[in-house]
Amino acid sequence: MGDLYFPDKPGGALQRTVTAFGRIFISFFIPAVTFVGLWLGFLFLRDSGASQIIITLVAIVWGVGGVAALYIITNIILQRLPIKWRKRFVPFLFVGPAVMILGYYLLLPTLRSFLMSFMGKFSEEFVGFANYKYIFSDRTMRLAFVNNIVWMVLGTSLSLIFGMLFALLSERSKIEKLAKSLIFLPMAISFVGAGVIWKFIYAYRPSGEAQIGLLNAIVAALGGDPVNWIVLRPWNTIFLIVILVWLQSGYAMVILSSAIKGVPVTLLEAARIDGAGEFRIIFQIIIPYIKGAIITVGTTILILTLKIFDIVFAMTNGLFGTEVLASQQYKQMFKFLHYGRGSAIAIVILIAVIPVMWYNLKQFGNREVF
Amino acid sequence: MKTDKPRSNIIVNVVLILLVIIWTVPTFGILVTSFRIRDNVSKTGWWQSLSDESGYTMENYNQVLGGRTFTYTDSSGREARAKGDDMMGAFLNSLTVTIPAVVIPILIAAFAAYGFAWLDFPGRKTLFVIIVALLVVPLQIALIPVLRDYQVLKLNGTYLGIWLAHTGFGLPLAIYLLFNYISTIPRSIMESAFIDGASHFTTFVRLILPLSVPALASFAIFQFLWVWNDMLVALVFMSGGGAKMQVVTVRMLNMIGSRGQDWHLLTAGAFISMVLPLIVFLSLQRYFVSGLMAGSVKE
Repeated sequence: MGDLYFPDKPGGALQRTVTAFGRIFISFFIPAVTFVGLWLGFLFLRDSGASQIIITLVAIVWGVGGVAALYIITNIILQRLPIKWRKRFVPFLFVGPAVMILGYYLLLPTLRSFLMSFMGKFSEEFVGFANYKYIFSDRTMRLAFVNNIVWMVLGTSLSLIFGMLFALLSERSKIEKLAKSLIFLPMAISFVGAGVIWKFIYAYRPSGEAQIGLLNAIVAALGGDPVNWIVLRPWNTIFLIVILVWLQSGYAMVILSSAIKGVPVTLLEAARIDGAGEFRIIFQIIIPYIKGAIITVGTTILILTLKIFDIVFAMTNGLFGTEVLASQQYKQMFKFLHYGRGSAIAIVILIAVIPVMWYNLKQFGNREVF
Repeated sequence: MKTDKPRSNIIVNVVLILLVIIWTVPTFGILVTSFRIRDNVSKTGWWQSLSDESGYTMENYNQVLGGRTFTYTDSSGREARAKGDDMMGAFLNSLTVTIPAVVIPILIAAFAAYGFAWLDFPGRKTLFVIIVALLVVPLQIALIPVLRDYQVLKLNGTYLGIWLAHTGFGLPLAIYLLFNYISTIPRSIMESAFIDGASHFTTFVRLILPLSVPALASFAIFQFLWVWNDMLVALVFMSGGGAKMQVVTVRMLNMIGSRGQDWHLLTAGAFISMVLPLIVFLSLQRYFVSGLMAGSVKE
């Protein structure tokens, strides 16, 4: 049975070449045929002018069934090969498509973006560091950097603080389950949906008119003048961050709460017997004990805020001084059609993400999964 | 360990209830508003809606869901006309984008995870390390290069284009999570299948896939919420498809632009965009949480 896992030693040069060629072919076969087959299907569908619901149904069956069918067909072909070849090729049926798709959608774009970040507007000429010079000196870009840092610091820390607060409070409450599901619920809502929800909270009417936004209604009821929160620099970035905190605290709560439940009861009891108060227990036992979970949650939200786009785009479109890196990248791409600058911003985001993600993965890799 | 719950006291409960109310009120507000009559929405806050004489209505949903032109009486009593937002069309588009964009990466990732966990081939370790390393690559990096290819290939604005893009962006996490699960399946289970003469393909389809359902489900919920709620990828790769190809998030974004003050319609639209993820989320929360845990909690 040993050679089931360890294919036999490679033979001559010719054999090696054929093997290599066959492997690449199999890796390429499924994505390529999927691609062409599905594409033809869509040209057909698009021109057929069928109603939307029919297109939806056909597209789903086509897309999902097509990929499954390709694996099955490739496998049938491989089963016809002599056993020696089959053993060499089968692994590539399994991993080939994934490797190809990842190569095209993530690996290659990283290299291409890197190259494009040193080229001009339409990538026709080499411009050296001009794009980077631009993104580190332009006024709007500098604002975007500052805002992004505010997002990262406040967004992450507030989500963690509220998540921790919810975890600790619900742990000590009789309505734990209900409270947790209600706080967790916003996780299912899109950033744009949350944008509408909060735009309504922040809605502004001039003084004297009826305030239909909750926040200004409260301000008016307390005798204050209504405020146009969304355009109020520089605080408006913070009002946008509130939306992220509202969305992400539930995530932080769930992870931290289950980590807290893992703190050994004996440890807590010993501390209580020694007369430690709740606050000391929280800060000196629970928090140090769940440090790993805090880092995981923190780094995950940190990356999210580094790439934050939807909230800003939906709420202000980056106006009123709320620009961030990702919204600037989008604008360079679609509004100013400057691929060089857009790519340079993408590279900066990548470089900023790497250390955080590396730290996150290190944390992630230290444990058994599921 | 329910028995070891610390003692609860009144302050804890009051603070918690207060926070829960603050967390819930924003969503509740748009839900109420989406059922109010146009004029009432602009006259009073939703919290005063119980005193509306005219009660609640489904009209906002009719207007937002349909694509036809409708007439209404504006505040000065004149007849006005406006085009519906065809949220139904956007909803179907979102479904068309999301379902294959969830199933395809799961299928491809499960095959790959099995390959990396149980098959031997040259470059296995290197390839796996590269895939895990790709977890750090933000999808922003792929937007410009892939969009340029899509424009040449006329894939911009097609379902196929966005399925493959979402597949590419979701694969590193999918492979990583599924690998961690599939590699812990005891070798003895697989060996008994091989003794019975099963091929790797049969073993994978008949044995490993069914055993991996919990892991597949938790990734599926992740990917579903991610794709359904995504706006950036849809904005970029569906940009060539026109209004007909817009998904709900992009349609909402356009509604914010075009209907800035029509809160009765915006709130109804927002609620339509939230309905499916909320249902999926609430009914499959258990799997979702176990997926989150897989990536987060030291047991």
